[in-house]
Amino acid sequence: MTTLNTAPNIPQPDDFYAELLALHEGRSKAESDAINARLVLILANHIGDRQVLRNALKAAADPGGRRSAGPEGHARR
Amino acid sequence: MARIFETPLYPYRRSPDQDAAAPVRHPVVVVGAGPVGLACAIDLARQDIPVVVLDENDKVSFGSRAICFAKRPLEILDRLGCAEPMVEKGVVWNVGKVFFGDRRVYEFNLLPEAGHRRPAFINLQQYYFEKFLVDRVRELQAEGRPIEIRGNSKVTAVGRGGDGVALSVETPEGPYRMRADWLIACDGANSPIRAMMGLDFVGRVFEDNFLIADVVMEAAFPTERWFWFDPPFNRGQSALLHKQPDGVWRIDLQLGWNIDKEREKQPENVIPRLKAMLGEDAKFTLEWVSIYTFQCRRMESFRHGQVLFAGDSAHQVSPFGARGANSGLQDADNLVWKLKLVMEGSAPESLLDSYDTERLYGADENILNSSRSTDFITPKSEMSRIFRDAVLDLSEHFAFARPLVNSGRLSVPCTYDGSPLNGPDAQGLPPRTRPGSPAVDAPIKEGWLLDRLGDRFQLLTIDAEAPDLIENGGIAVERLALSTADDPTGALKERYLGDAGSAVYLLRPDQHVAARWTAFDRAEVEAALAKATGR
Repeated sequence: MTTLNTAPNIPQPDDFYAELLALHEGRSKAESDAINARLVLILANHIGDRQVLRNALKAAADPGGRRSAGPEGHARR
Repeated sequence: MARIFETPLYPYRRSPDQDAAAPVRHPVVVVGAGPVGLACAIDLARQDIPVVVLDENDKVSFGSRAICFAKRPLEILDRLGCAEPMVEKGVVWNVGKVFFGDRRVYEFNLLPEAGHRRPAFINLQQYYFEKFLVDRVRELQAEGRPIEIRGNSKVTAVGRGGDGVALSVETPEGPYRMRADWLIACDGANSPIRAMMGLDFVGRVFEDNFLIADVVMEAAFPTERWFWFDPPFNRGQSALLHKQPDGVWRIDLQLGWNIDKEREKQPENVIPRLKAMLGEDAKFTLEWVSIYTFQCRRMESFRHGQVLFAGDSAHQVSPFGARGANSGLQDADNLVWKLKLVMEGSAPESLLDSYDTERLYGADENILNSSRSTDFITPKSEMSRIFRDAVLDLSEHFAFARPLVNSGRLSVPCTYDGSPLNGPDAQGLPPRTRPGSPAVDAPIKEGWLLDRLGDRFQLLTIDAEAPDLIENGGIAVERLALSTADDPTGALKERYLGDAGSAVYLLRPDQHVAARWTAFDRAEVEAALAKATGR
C-alpha cells in the first residue's frame, strides 16, 4: 500500500472533528502547537510507509496539486 | 608541570635544504602535523616513500579539541601501527543519556557487536592522539624510514614548479624554497594552502557559538555521554558532558549567536556557568576554554593537480557526531595507497581522481548527518523547535520517537557505494561486506582478521580455491586463505559468507572490498583489479 487514501475513511466524522477541536479547547497557542506536532509525529509513525507519508506531506502543502515543486524548507544536503 | 600541549615536540632545526644552492625536490610534502597530516606521513614512510611534514608550529594541538575516535579510524591506526597506546590511554564508553529540561528522556547503548578488536569509540584528547602519532614517527625514524617533521616551518607561497609543486617556507632563520612531486595539504579548516591557491570552500554557516571547557574534576559522573536539550542551567540552549582520560571532562555549552566571545571566555564568567551545571560544591579546575562557531562546507574537489587536500582543509562539519578527525583519517587511508601506486607507475594518475570521488562521497555523507544533527540541536525556526520539542517529549514515553532524537549521529565507516573502483558483487553474500565497504573485523584462529589485511591487494578466500599469488600489470595480489573451520565464533561466516558455502574477496590496500565472488575466476579477478587501480 503506497497510495495515500484521500477518500472518506473516518466513521462518524462529526464526532471525530469535535474530539479534535476539544483537544485544543482552552489551550494556549504554544500548547496547541505542541499538541499538533506530537499528533503529526504519532500519526506519521503509525502510517510508517515513506511513500504514503511523502504523498501526505505533499497533499498538506498543496491540496490542489498545482505547484510542481515540493514543499519548501527541505535541507538540500 | 608543563602540559603536553605546551611542550615543543618537533622544535625547529635547520634543514640542509636551507643551504642548498637550488630548491631540493621531495617526493611528498605534507603540510600540517595534525592528526591527518601525521597519519598520511606515517602511512607513506612505513611503505618507504620519503615524506617531509611541514608545520608552522612545533607542538601538538593546543587544548583537547577532537576527543572522540571511532572504531574504523582505530582500525586504520592499527594498520599504521599506533592504535594500541591510544586505546590503552583512551576512555571507552557505550552509554549515552539524553535530557530534556530537567528530565532524563532517553538512554542509548552503542551495544558494540562482539568479535571486533577495537571498541565502538574511545575518548582521547587530540593532544594525546597527536603525541602518539609523533611517537610513531620517531619509531619509524629509528628504523631508518624516510620521514621528517619540520617544526616552525610555515608555507608562505605555493605554485607550480616544473611538473611538481614549488613552495616557499618561512622559518625562524629565514625563508627557503623547496619542491615536491606531490603536496598533501592537511593544514586545517582555515587552510592557508587552499587560500593561496584561491580555491573555494563553500557551505553553510551556523549562527551559533559554543563554549568548550575542559575541566579536571574528581566526579561521580559515570563514563557516559550526557546530552541536554534546554537544561535548567542553560535555558533554551544545549549542553554536553563527556569524559576524557586523566579525570578531564569535556563540557560543551551552546551560547547563542549574539554574545561577547572574549567576555564569555573569562574564568569569572565560565565558572558560574559550570557550577550551575555541576553543582555549587563541585570541585574542578579549568584546563582549557574555547569558544567556537562552525560551518558545514567542503571544497568542490579535493584534488588540484599534484596538490591533494585531506581532513578539515577539504571539508568541515559541525562537531556533533565526531565526524571531523574521524573522516580526515579515512581520507588519509584512502589517499596514500593510491598515491603510492601512481608514484610507482603501477596505476595511472587518474586513480587519484577516485580519491576525490570516494572522499567527496564521504564528506557529503558527513555534512548531511552533521547538518541534520545541528538543525535538531539548534532549531532555526519556531516550527522546527516545536517539532524538536515534540520529539523529545514523546521520546520519554514512546519508543518510536527515540530514533528521531538527534544529538549527533556518531561516525560510522563510509561505504563507497557506486565508486568507479568497485567491481562485481555476488548474490547472497552479506550486504555489510559488499564492494566499497571497509572489511569488517572478525576473530580468526590466530588473532584478528584486520591484522592480516591491508597495505597491498589481497584475495581473501573462505573455503575457496585460488592461486597464492596473482601478478597483473605490476601489481601482486596475495591470497589470504581462511576456512570456516578456523572461525572460532562464527563471525567470519556471518560477516563474509552468509548463506553461501564459499567466497572470494578482492581487498584493496585500505582494507576496503573491491569485488567479491562465490568462487575464484582469474579473468574476473584480473578485471576487478584493473578497475580498482583505475586502469
